[in-house]
Amino acid sequence: MDQAIKQKDFDIVELVNDAIEKHGNTRDAVVPILSEINHKLGYIPSSALPEIRRHIHVPQEGVFLADSHLYSAASFYHLYSLKPLGRHIIRFCESAPCHVVGGREVIQAIQDELGLQPGETSDDKNWSLVMTSCIGICSVGPVFLVDDDVYGNVTPERVSEILAKYQ
Amino acid sequence: MKIIRSMVLVSVDEASLEHGAEKVFHAFLEEIEEFGLSDQIAVSTIRDVGVHEDVPVVIVYPDAAVYAPVRVEDVHTIVEEHLVKGNIVPSMLTMMRGLTPEVAWTRERRGALPVQKRIVLERAGIVNPASIEDYILYDGFQGLGKALTQMKPSEVIAEVEKSGLQGRGGAGFPTGRKWSFVSSTPGDIKYVICNADESEPGTFKDRLIIEGDPFSIIEAMTIAGYAVGAHEGYIYIRGEYPVAYRRIEHAIHQAEEHGMLGNNIFDSGFSFHIHPHAGAGAYICGEETALIESLEGKRGMPRARPPYPTTYGLFGKPTLVNNVETLANIPAIIRNGGVWYREVGSPKSTGTKVYTIMGNVNFTGVIEVPMGITLREVIDIYGKGMKNGKKLKLVQTGGSSGTIVPANLQDTPMDFDSFRNAGVSLGSGALLICNEDTCVVDLAKVILRFFRNECCGKCTPCRIGTLRLYEIMSDISEGKGSISDIDEMLKISEAMSEVSNCGLGQTAPTALLDVLKYFREEVEAHITDHVCPVGVCPITAHVPELLPVP
Repeated sequence: MDQAIKQKDFDIVELVNDAIEKHGNTRDAVVPILSEINHKLGYIPSSALPEIRRHIHVPQEGVFLADSHLYSAASFYHLYSLKPLGRHIIRFCESAPCHVVGGREVIQAIQDELGLQPGETSDDKNWSLVMTSCIGICSVGPVFLVDDDVYGNVTPERVSEILAKYQ
Repeated sequence: MKIIRSMVLVSVDEASLEHGAEKVFHAFLEEIEEFGLSDQIAVSTIRDVGVHEDVPVVIVYPDAAVYAPVRVEDVHTIVEEHLVKGNIVPSMLTMMRGLTPEVAWTRERRGALPVQKRIVLERAGIVNPASIEDYILYDGFQGLGKALTQMKPSEVIAEVEKSGLQGRGGAGFPTGRKWSFVSSTPGDIKYVICNADESEPGTFKDRLIIEGDPFSIIEAMTIAGYAVGAHEGYIYIRGEYPVAYRRIEHAIHQAEEHGMLGNNIFDSGFSFHIHPHAGAGAYICGEETALIESLEGKRGMPRARPPYPTTYGLFGKPTLVNNVETLANIPAIIRNGGVWYREVGSPKSTGTKVYTIMGNVNFTGVIEVPMGITLREVIDIYGKGMKNGKKLKLVQTGGSSGTIVPANLQDTPMDFDSFRNAGVSLGSGALLICNEDTCVVDLAKVILRFFRNECCGKCTPCRIGTLRLYEIMSDISEGKGSISDIDEMLKISEAMSEVSNCGLGQTAPTALLDVLKYFREEVEAHITDHVCPVGVCPITAHVPELLPVP
């Protein structure tokens, strides 16, 4: 995630304009635009939705789009968040292949280490713990991601060593 | 002009990265620079070589020596001995079980493991996926050239029909027939969609195909576009696969630059454009109509069918939706002919199948084998047996929506027909191998939790059904179940299978039903005796005396 943008005040108009320029203003650009904003800010602020709608809603071309359509899409996909998350996001795979090779013990170790339940963000805004479905690296399960870094073959003993890298 | 006399390939799949592949890659660059050989030796990367132990793998051409596992501290020796002095270092050659040092060399590779037969993954792990030259060198775009210059669209479809290829996304619909449906639907605008939204837990074959050989998908989609009369294609890649997305984006760009994609391909007058599109995390988007809705910028919720996408698909136009693995078979089929393809596999299920092996075996990863081998063979030959000598309890085939096969059925041949007769689904090719330490209640609970999370919520039987099944199974695992729960689960499952709108709801109870069919006693033990026979479930009811009294 782009820390520079996250830390200073962001200009949502500019962000949306950039995304529209890159992906176009057609309906099939909705998901790429939302993805880009989510990626840059770590979440999709509600103020972005009317801004996106302004560009894509073109009645004279037969394209009708309401803020609610965008909210509907933004709230549907798992990779999006509608509220700010922590500085580092742990995405833990809770699917069966990781579960049967020891995922159960690893998630417990993560929860113990951070004092977080799945779905929570720490008070110091350093960590968010997100449960996710399979991320397609099942041959090295149990697997989790910290931001964009992949950790496979994780054991409960390795958890604190991995998390320490991000302190 | 630089004359490259040798090439070093470093595997950079996730397993390799986990074991320091990136450092190894940079160490090679530095060492080669140190010896002043940068002009003569290229260092590049390959994606998955199909095995996930003893990694990273380093292949040195032209000798095709395979070194594994390579650590940063080994790099100096390899560079000095092999690349400077020209001596292969025998002590560092791979001791990887089954993967012979010749693997990368043989043009007619039979695969990294015994009796593997590679069509789909023929080039994956051998070529540099970022290089169109590599792809062309390995027969790339020959199929497209043949189709565009020597065949009519109807002949291309006939060839695919002749091959007997069935869709590899899970449902197994005959590919040629689907193509002819789209082709015979009138309309000027049609679309080809490559479904790369692979989210089935335990399935990562499409990821390996795209990351290892992205050009094959581009070639196949263009052939498909020509055959059905489409000029636009979309590759819908799940959001969790950023590497695959970048690979495809790069491949499209290179193919356009080389005139293999875009306007007037090979001067044939045929034009085709491909747009990569990343999803945003939703299992349901693998369902073709949900995928189309998502592409149109909406929630990925399945449409009622009919009309099928073949007549009313993306933006209301006729649309061909094919899975990655299905498409990856196409170039070879066009190149070599449908009859050639039929000779592989079993008579009714032709060709090969890519399986992903995971769970409690010694050897996890991906294999491509002819249709018709058995689970026992998969476990013994490719899985190298059960881990720690434990006993096999069950295998879940086809991902979370797939069936559970108990150990006593492991000799059933794995092809569409034999599996269907045995009530087993081949699905996406995921094989989750579970040992005796696996509790079926716990396993079913995890699988049902997945469906509860991933249900799109559009239709009631699935929305309520997945939630209720999960709640009941959760209660049972905590020792709070009652014996009538089993009947209730059976009733809910039946309703879901029969009236859910799409495949998600219809197959969500599959694993549960198999658990009740083969392991009912174990479930009942949780309910009536308040005991988890394997000792996995958090049952507290049978040990209250051990808990401190507050």
